[in-house]
Amino acid sequence: MFRFIIRRLLIAIPLLIAASFLSFALTTAMGDPLGEWKLQRPRTEGEIAAQYEKIGYDKPVVERYVDWAGGFVTGDWKTTVTPGNGTVDVRKEIGRAFWVTARLVIGAEIIAVLLGMVIGVIGAVRQYSLFDYLATGIAFVMFSMPLFCIAVLLKFGGIELNDWLESLGFGRWIITAGPPAGGFTGGFFEQIYAYSGAYILPTLCLVAIQFALYSRFQRASMLETLNADYVRTARAKGLGSARVIFRHAYRNALIPIVTVFALNFGLILGGAITTETVFGWRGMGLLIVDAITKKEPWMVQGAMMVTAVFIVAFTLVADVLYARLDPRIRFD
Amino acid sequence: MTDVSAVGAPIDGSGFGDTQARKLWRTVARRFVRHRAALAGLVLLVLLLVFAFLGPLVWTEGLEPGGDGKLPPGVAHPFGTDRIGRDMLASVISGTRYSLQIAIVVALVATALGVVLGALAGYLRGWVDQAVSRLVDLVLCIPALVVTAVLARNSFTVLPGQQSGSNWLTVALILALTVAWLPITRTIRGMVLSLREKEFVEAARASGASTSRVVFRHILPNTIDVIIVNATITIAQAVLLESALSFIGLGVKRPDASLGLIINENKNELVTLPWLFWFPFVFIVAISLSVNFIGDGLRDAFDPRQKRVRA
Repeated sequence: MFRFIIRRLLIAIPLLIAASFLSFALTTAMGDPLGEWKLQRPRTEGEIAAQYEKIGYDKPVVERYVDWAGGFVTGDWKTTVTPGNGTVDVRKEIGRAFWVTARLVIGAEIIAVLLGMVIGVIGAVRQYSLFDYLATGIAFVMFSMPLFCIAVLLKFGGIELNDWLESLGFGRWIITAGPPAGGFTGGFFEQIYAYSGAYILPTLCLVAIQFALYSRFQRASMLETLNADYVRTARAKGLGSARVIFRHAYRNALIPIVTVFALNFGLILGGAITTETVFGWRGMGLLIVDAITKKEPWMVQGAMMVTAVFIVAFTLVADVLYARLDPRIRFD
Repeated sequence: MTDVSAVGAPIDGSGFGDTQARKLWRTVARRFVRHRAALAGLVLLVLLLVFAFLGPLVWTEGLEPGGDGKLPPGVAHPFGTDRIGRDMLASVISGTRYSLQIAIVVALVATALGVVLGALAGYLRGWVDQAVSRLVDLVLCIPALVVTAVLARNSFTVLPGQQSGSNWLTVALILALTVAWLPITRTIRGMVLSLREKEFVEAARASGASTSRVVFRHILPNTIDVIIVNATITIAQAVLLESALSFIGLGVKRPDASLGLIINENKNELVTLPWLFWFPFVFIVAISLSVNFIGDGLRDAFDPRQKRVRA
């Protein structure tokens, strides 16, 4: 097991180095970061040259990469480059944004996977029942729905709800401007009120789209194990149906969903772009979009690398979990 | 899934294969038609195609701003008008057309690329397989939306033969060449890896068939079900990905207005001018829902083990 993990880690290193090449090529393809600054008003040659030197763009591409990569591994992720936006430290900004995203997606993913598992198992055990058709139908519609439309609809639903609450004499509960600021102030119930108001809509939005995915996976894997020979054997032995479903079928049907969950989790830690955009959570997704729009090369580069590290790390976690859960998998 | 044909035998390039192939298609068509949701999806998709491509012949209202803005749906403007007086029906027709065009181009390019790369990797193995597989792993390290957004940021480059300012083809090619080819490549590679060991492939090789003949006439026809189902799913995903890209402002730009862009332009008007949101929204969902249903129906129709036809 230990050797298996070590070997997978060794494969991950060249993969991440290649990912840094790819992301560097992508950020270079974004074009001149000073393009818009130069168009704002006429600049002197000297001014332009000085600005390029300041952001390190006077050097050739290869040197720029080496420069960035050296800084990245030692913790200097460079700063934003556009003059006039102020100089923002990339590492600090990504750290802040990551924390925002993490707070949002960890809860949402856990709710989504639990909900998906329950619905998937019931759908498989009662295949072709009304419940199964309904769950399948809802999952299908969710798959076909653009996430940002769900988000926009929820947001306006929230505004309507606020108006209604206000007309009843309560305050405006739903907040669509990111997580509550100011840390923990006020009483216990005020806390709950503030946090639930800020979290409910983006969480609902992420859960809506993700539970559909998990429930489909769980249903498919559960159907497969329910039709397996060892489950028939268990039934033939005369075991109760609860014991057959949970001890024999369900434990084996868990394997694929655990893998999918780990993979998905790594991906979403890199930012839930549309949800963050609509609900004003200044997390990783919004940071990336914003950096791309402003052509901030080091910010885009840093964010892409952090995302790549998460994806690679959670792929590794998925592999290890898979190997742990399925005794038929050999480690070498 | 390797065993494809409804009659159970692999399809090969010989004369027998032709009648077997015809039989397969007839069986598939019959099973597909019995799948009610899939048939409804097909009808809906045909209607959408007619609406998008023949609509402009019937509804000749232009896309230029002018006239009264913010009109609710009525006789003169069945879908109302937007803030600057553009007719929404004309907008939605052209948006549906752009969304469909992009999705179809993405599906065609990605499928062609994925099938060729997957087949090469699976059949030749060795360094070709290593190169293709590592490339897939690598691209999967960076989220699809980010890769495409970074490239689309500069997608105002006009390809030869494109109208100036038009970038829908660029966006479509970016989607196809960066992310959409990955799943199909992986799937085809896996299938070809196992098919190449089958007896009928050995027989073809022994009778002197060239590599390309073995791959294209003997192996790939046995993956046709997976290719078709995957291409359908790619269409649905491309519609959603493109609309998300346009929604965050990094996809297609005017004068090319896809449905995602129209929603983006009107997202703050949901309460005051709801029709500006609902019409494009309904059309996006209609496209991806119909294509998903068709994909589901095709999967069931191709699967010889599927006995009971759902829905």
